[in-house]
Amino acid sequence: MKYSYYPGCTLKNKAQDLDIYARRSAEALGFEMEEIPEWQCCGGVYPLGSDEIATKLASVRALNYAKEQGQDLITLCSACHHVLKRVNDDMKNVQDISDRANNYMALEEPYRGETKVLHFLEVIRDVIGFDELAKKVVNPLTDKKIGAYYGCLTLRPGRILEFDDPENPKIMEDFIRALGATPVIYSMRNECCGGYASLKDPEFTKSRTSQIFEDSTGFGAECLITACPLCMYNLNKSDADTKVPVYYFTELLAEALGVKEEA
Amino acid sequence: MQKIGVFVCHCGTNIAATVDVKKVVELVRYEPGVVFADDYMYMCSEAGQEKIIEAIKEYGLTGLVICSCSPRMHEKTFRACAEKAGLNPYMVEVANIREQCSWIHKDREEATKKAVILARAAIAKVNLNTPLKEGESPVTKRALVIGGGIAGIQTALDIADAGYQVDIVEKEPSIGGRMSQFDKTFPTLDCASCILTPKMVEVNQHPNITLYTYSEVEKVSGYVGNFDVDIRKKARSVDFDKCTGCGECSTKCPLGKIGKIPSEFDRGLKNRPAIYMPFAQAVPAVPVIDRENCTYFKTGKCGVCAKICPSKAVDYEQKDEIVTVKYGAIVVATGFDIINLDKFGEYAYNESPDVITSIELERLMNAAGPTGGHLERMSDHKQPKDIVFIQCVGSRCDSEEKGKPYCSKVCCMYTAKHAMLIKDHWPDTNITVFYIDVRTPGKNFDEFYRRAVEQYHVNYIKGQVGKVKPQPDGSLMVQAADLLDGKQINMKADMVVLAAAVEPNPGVRKIATMLTASIDNNNFLTEAHAKLRPVESPTAGIFLSGMAQGPKDIPETVSQAGAAAVKVIGLLAKDKLKTNPCTAQCDTLLCNGCSTCANVCPYGAITYDDVQVMDHGLRETRRVAQVNLALCQGCGACTSACPSGAMDLQGFSNRQITTEVDAICR
Repeated sequence: MKYSYYPGCTLKNKAQDLDIYARRSAEALGFEMEEIPEWQCCGGVYPLGSDEIATKLASVRALNYAKEQGQDLITLCSACHHVLKRVNDDMKNVQDISDRANNYMALEEPYRGETKVLHFLEVIRDVIGFDELAKKVVNPLTDKKIGAYYGCLTLRPGRILEFDDPENPKIMEDFIRALGATPVIYSMRNECCGGYASLKDPEFTKSRTSQIFEDSTGFGAECLITACPLCMYNLNKSDADTKVPVYYFTELLAEALGVKEEA
Repeated sequence: MQKIGVFVCHCGTNIAATVDVKKVVELVRYEPGVVFADDYMYMCSEAGQEKIIEAIKEYGLTGLVICSCSPRMHEKTFRACAEKAGLNPYMVEVANIREQCSWIHKDREEATKKAVILARAAIAKVNLNTPLKEGESPVTKRALVIGGGIAGIQTALDIADAGYQVDIVEKEPSIGGRMSQFDKTFPTLDCASCILTPKMVEVNQHPNITLYTYSEVEKVSGYVGNFDVDIRKKARSVDFDKCTGCGECSTKCPLGKIGKIPSEFDRGLKNRPAIYMPFAQAVPAVPVIDRENCTYFKTGKCGVCAKICPSKAVDYEQKDEIVTVKYGAIVVATGFDIINLDKFGEYAYNESPDVITSIELERLMNAAGPTGGHLERMSDHKQPKDIVFIQCVGSRCDSEEKGKPYCSKVCCMYTAKHAMLIKDHWPDTNITVFYIDVRTPGKNFDEFYRRAVEQYHVNYIKGQVGKVKPQPDGSLMVQAADLLDGKQINMKADMVVLAAAVEPNPGVRKIATMLTASIDNNNFLTEAHAKLRPVESPTAGIFLSGMAQGPKDIPETVSQAGAAAVKVIGLLAKDKLKTNPCTAQCDTLLCNGCSTCANVCPYGAITYDDVQVMDHGLRETRRVAQVNLALCQGCGACTSACPSGAMDLQGFSNRQITTEVDAICR
């Protein structure tokens, strides 16, 4: 199985772990991620202004490229996943935005949201299956108690992202179970880490991340996993007393699949 | 040739404001067959009807066209008026120039044009009308009530007291319904079972009432006055006549001690044995064996209950039994349940045992409930100090896939009740209620709620709860918005109570289909007229009682139950019913016996017979359709399905309808 792959900027810099371990794991799981040539930054934030077209074009380009390849589009970073899915929804369902974006692009054939955008975890859940993943695990993470930290961008708005139930998600918990570890369920797992507020009001972000650590460790988490470089950044900056290590989910995946070290 | 009179109604300004009625009169006056045309302010009034009668006599009218409101509104009125003047009531046609014209158009010229067209169509039809005679059908003097909650109980008692036989079919082992689960009732705070139990006993002892508990309606056929209903009496595995209701079997059932079967009656807060009565005051006081869980039925071993039963009443061999009973009328009183809360993950109902629904709280407060009436948390059995109530969980919800668009109507009142009852018992409990609006219309209702706020100091906060977070220390954190203060609130709670939306009992869809009774998008049964016929279904002979029709509290349910009973009594009091003469007829010369009509007939009114026909001088035997006039409801499905045009509907013949279309398209 071959996918178009949209890594996004952070995965080329701060979040290289998220990218590298995903590539190695994909190989072990038997699917191919073909990086889109000349992809451009998604913008990191979905522009809420309905008349804001130019900032959506980078996503449309990537989406259209995947369409031309006849491939589904795979992403890893929570923010890219969020922006791509929402722009794709606009292209499919919001006539005005779709028409204007197509006017900007002047494509041979207009793009109308035909590409299917998948998060890496969705590929594991919906294409490969968690039971198949479990079979491929060579180093089960037995006895590890892991808290899944979803943040907000992977889940919301639920109707458009269709990633999981935004109030009570379980995809990452199922993932943790497939790796042989024990998921820790805590209520802050789908709350915001503070996001970009860390630039303007670091104290606010610190209070958010402290609550996340307090809640997750209170229920016994020994480490957290995330799919979001920004959550990773904020959690790492935290000075919480109950701070525990935070990993990209792909790192633990590669470890469990026995491909963490390069062959 | 008919002599037709056309009467155009102003309906005050309802029609006249948009339709130029005088112009309509002028334009239809010279239509073929019309000998008289006039207009009047209110055609349905006594003076209006007098006008019609006079015209019939003076001009010798043989047909009438009334241009007015929908025939659903006043067709009956004008037919009766025609009959008074000696005209066959089926010589009257109504052209609906109100609902389908004046009310929906703004442009006077356009609306007037349309009114004329509608009148022309009706005139063209009346030209082909023939006098029809209503038939008669007998009435079976017995009523069926589906559902044995307070709605069904009250309806049955009222019918039975009037001297008619009535049967109640209840799918649970006991009658009593939701109300039997409640602790106290608003606004008087009298205990639910104290007022319900005597009624349950009365039902059981009433000479005119037959109870079918642990039974379900399986099949319904027939029509108003003459329904045939199959009732499945599920095997109780206990002999009704031998059992004394001593309860020894339930006490000794080994599964009762293992405690793996959640009690439906106690909403899963307590377990029950496999042979059980749902609650102590159950009517009838005869247990049932839950065969799915019973060890004997699963493995063939055990048999303790049969061994210890002093009256040898346990019967493992008992089988489901189907009885067929005839009824004149059917009342649907299937009640409600609360919605499933799986889609409301934010309230952590599935995660924390200390997040409960209001109906579970009823059980926890009930002296006969799982905790003997002592309010405690299910997690650690400690008495909660801080309790948060969340209103409108799934009610007035704008997300269709999550909740319901309607107000559940009872939650504001029962939450005030819960708050006051808790404060009465344990005054130092802190109670907070999060609400969107507090809605308390009803006699003594708002006073009741004010008492909770002013005398009991219950903390009401306008705002929705965003999240309930179970904390590592076992408490709950409630995150909410205070809309009047514009602030976010984080509040610790020991217990959270959810006022989950009500919804019709899930079984009602199946029952409505069997009865061909219509239901709305939310599965509530639809009434024949929202204001004027609120307890009748549009399907003749079917009546509505209680929550099955829409959210309502106990006083309202009891009123509606009585109203439904009166309608049933009115029907059963008649010896004969007039039957609709607009039924289908088969032209045996055209029929080729293909069965298409029988396949589309929703009432099973079409059968086939071999008849001798003379076709162009040849005598031959053919298989042709025959319509049972007693069953035919005149829906017309067969007439449009018939490929050879053999089926025709009296009063709405194919020719009449095409003539109407011709008149419209002229």
